[in-house]
Amino acid sequence: MNTVKDPKYMNPYLAGVLLGLVVLAANFVSGRGLGASGAIKSAIVAGVETIAPKHAEASSFYNNFSKAHDGKPMHSWLVYQMLGVIVGGFLSGVFSHRLTWKVEHNPKIQSRTRLIFALGGGILFGLGSQLGRGCTSGSALSGMAVLSLGGFISMAAIFGTAFMLAYFFRKLWI
Amino acid sequence: MGPLVVNEIISENSNLLLAFFIGIGFGFVLEQGGFSSSRKLAGVFYGYDTVVLKVFFTGAITAMLGLLFFSLFGWVDLSLVYVNETYLWSSIVGGIIMGAGFIMGGYCPGTSFCGAAIGKIDAYIFIIGLFIGVFIFGEGFDLLEPLFMAEFMGSPRISEFFGLAEGVTVLIVIVAAVAMFWIGEWAEKKFPREKY
Repeated sequence: MNTVKDPKYMNPYLAGVLLGLVVLAANFVSGRGLGASGAIKSAIVAGVETIAPKHAEASSFYNNFSKAHDGKPMHSWLVYQMLGVIVGGFLSGVFSHRLTWKVEHNPKIQSRTRLIFALGGGILFGLGSQLGRGCTSGSALSGMAVLSLGGFISMAAIFGTAFMLAYFFRKLWI
Repeated sequence: MGPLVVNEIISENSNLLLAFFIGIGFGFVLEQGGFSSSRKLAGVFYGYDTVVLKVFFTGAITAMLGLLFFSLFGWVDLSLVYVNETYLWSSIVGGIIMGAGFIMGGYCPGTSFCGAAIGKIDAYIFIIGLFIGVFIFGEGFDLLEPLFMAEFMGSPRISEFFGLAEGVTVLIVIVAAVAMFWIGEWAEKKFPREKY
């Protein structure tokens, strides 16, 4: 791990300005902010509709979302945006020579431990993002950009909780 | 003029195509900033790397200021821009669950796709978790609906909520962000880590 050469990331404040301009562009073009978890919801709704149509029809969660997208849950703004995120992240990785298959983890823990907690963390984040009507991108970042009270509450709750729990999970990271 | 699609300057299909290009910009910037690395992201919670704080808040204040200026120049009609709704309790409880997921998983949804895009296997596992989590919410929706809908407050902006002008509100957020950047720079010196 220590032999990995400095990955040369962009200056964080410059990256922040560029990120802000992307949020600004989304609002200027589409009148809405960025997002990520919404695209996963699209995929889940589409999947459940395909595999168990009767079940999806009976649930207001699947049904309402599908109706809001003319019965085509995958044909949504966030799905196209997330496809772009994958392409953009990949291009950046090519550009900066960072494409490698690896389980990134603290050398003090096993990669299996890292993966178990990654799965658990993902489950919680997925669940929380639906309850909170958006994740760090859609609710916190994009919400704050338009001064939404809910956006500021999301940001404070996400980061506040992570800070409060940091001590208990310190072995994973330091 | 803006938002372009709301004012029907561009079509719905162009909007979706532009969503793809906006996503490319989003993914590229996140990865360049180092958000494809869970150890870098988690660093903010231990002080050894506060890139999350710097990129996230610089991004938020840039977008806030940009929207304010665009509105001032008449380039965008802010009344047509979507303001996230505020449901007090689901926002707080959802945020707490997400915070726990963040410190355990080291990613948030957007950054996990960035990590996956450059080959991080832990990011793929996190994404599988995201799908499971969203599915659990969908299946348990009847049970969670009362909490999901509780204490609806409309779509207030914090400026309206506190009775401040938008410019003043943004200025306060900028001052708070600069203070946090200062703390972040201090923390990185106080809690240094070897290269990872």
